Amino acid sequence: MNAQPAAYNFAYLDEQTKRMIRRAILKGIAIPGYQVPFASREMPMPYGWGTGGVQVTAAILGPDDTLKVIDQGSDDTTNAISIRKFFEKTAGVATTTVTTEATVIQTRHRIPEKELQDNQVLVYQVPIPEPLRFLEPRETETRRMHALAEYGLMHVKLYEDIAHHGHIATSYAYPVKVNARYVMDPSPTPKFDNPKMDDCAALQLFGAGREKRIYAVPPYTKVVSLDFEDHPFERYRHQAPCALCGADDSYLDEVVMDDKGGRMFVCSDTDHCETRRAEGFRGVQPEALA
Amino acid sequence: MSSTHQPLLVAEGVGKNYGRHVGCRDVSFNLYQGEVLAIVGESGSGKSTLLQLLSTQMQPTSGRVLYRMRDGVTRDLAALGEAERRFLYRTDWGYVHQDPALGLRMKVSAGANVGERLMAVGWEHYGRIRSAAESWLERVEIEVGRIDDSPHTYSGGMRQRLQIARNLVTEPRLVFMDEPTGGLDVSVQARLLDLLRSLVTELGLAVVIVTHDLAVARLLSHRIMVMKEGRVIETGLTDQVLDDPREPYTQLLVSSILPA
Repeated sequence: MNAQPAAYNFAYLDEQTKRMIRRAILKGIAIPGYQVPFASREMPMPYGWGTGGVQVTAAILGPDDTLKVIDQGSDDTTNAISIRKFFEKTAGVATTTVTTEATVIQTRHRIPEKELQDNQVLVYQVPIPEPLRFLEPRETETRRMHALAEYGLMHVKLYEDIAHHGHIATSYAYPVKVNARYVMDPSPTPKFDNPKMDDCAALQLFGAGREKRIYAVPPYTKVVSLDFEDHPFERYRHQAPCALCGADDSYLDEVVMDDKGGRMFVCSDTDHCETRRAEGFRGVQPEALA
Repeated sequence: MSSTHQPLLVAEGVGKNYGRHVGCRDVSFNLYQGEVLAIVGESGSGKSTLLQLLSTQMQPTSGRVLYRMRDGVTRDLAALGEAERRFLYRTDWGYVHQDPALGLRMKVSAGANVGERLMAVGWEHYGRIRSAAESWLERVEIEVGRIDDSPHTYSGGMRQRLQIARNLVTEPRLVFMDEPTGGLDVSVQARLLDLLRSLVTELGLAVVIVTHDLAVARLLSHRIMVMKEGRVIETGLTDQVLDDPREPYTQLLVSSILPA
């Protein structure tokens, strides 16, 4: 197991810790959407940088895995690069930016555009795992509500959105019901990604390091976004094609170009955009960010 | 005998000790549908303890409390599972706190406060929830235009009326009230009492109301229980007890009301 250079155990965490985390993961898979408490460790990075996701990844990573790390859909932000390097150094695993080549994908705030396969695991970094938190601050009470499946409060939140904005304005961390039982916070992914979680072939794991919770959505599990009959769930994306690759069905980032109101929309999933451009697709400003 | 002739709530020798100190002891009564029972007494007489025992917020040390569920079966409340108890609380029961901030969700709008119970029992149609909330705001005399305002912006009297609407939206059969008019000025109190009285008759509610204000008891209740040092010392029809009190303590209570 210890083929990598000196000092570190494979994937940084010691074997007992990994076993502990794997037990939590297995329990999470057995009870889809249920938040399993686990003894989260201090990691060599600050809370909010994905300490939960990193621990989950460390626990499931094997020497043959290929790891991809994305942050807001991008492979080349500080967070994504740091975590990728972390596992290159401590586990010596192969890394990639290509979605289809990866077996483990750790993500912050996005689900890749490319449909995930059954040989892949998607690991989410979760800041606040409790969907009821902002309405009910008491952890004892929220746990009881989960246990008794009392989820009326979740609709109170959506009701407030409609009352104040005329539509469900929650655009990320949009609550879902997993396997017709537990209401779950899908981490701050845009609600555009919610439908991708439903009946997904890949295993989805969620790690919250500071809050010490792990939860999971097993492959091919029903994931339904909460809504009202007369205000159904709607995906949201900017009404524009990607300026680089011309995609009109991907989730877009808005990039401010100058201080005169100039802006452009580009795919948030950088790999998706690059793949499309390599295939010859072109947007209106294909060289803009080169 | 049809089930409506059976009592809704039954207390059998209910008592509570706090260690060596007695909270209340040996309280028994039957409460029927549509009946309003006032529990009066001075501070420390055990009336709030009793209310907590009746509403399952505390377990009695002795005796038991029975309730006739919506399916007509009378059950021991101590034997209910937590899920059943909580379900009772958001459907068939209401609890009006003295401080509306305890009974309301202060961070969400008035409409959401009223609609919460409906959503908790599975309503998922925004339009219907909203129109139910509107009609309840109207019934408790809150301007419908304030439906999207937070209760923080409401006056004390409005908050109390909102709390009542929030409780009544699922058409409960039994409502517990703990000093519902406490902390309100006299004219607001009068208006609230009027409202309560008409809602109680309209909906045929059974109410257990705890108050130290005999005027409130006289206006709202059919029957009255006078408590002192944890015991019920006198009970009977409200007018009878207040007009012709037998116990010296009740006589003292009645005579200590300032003449109107």
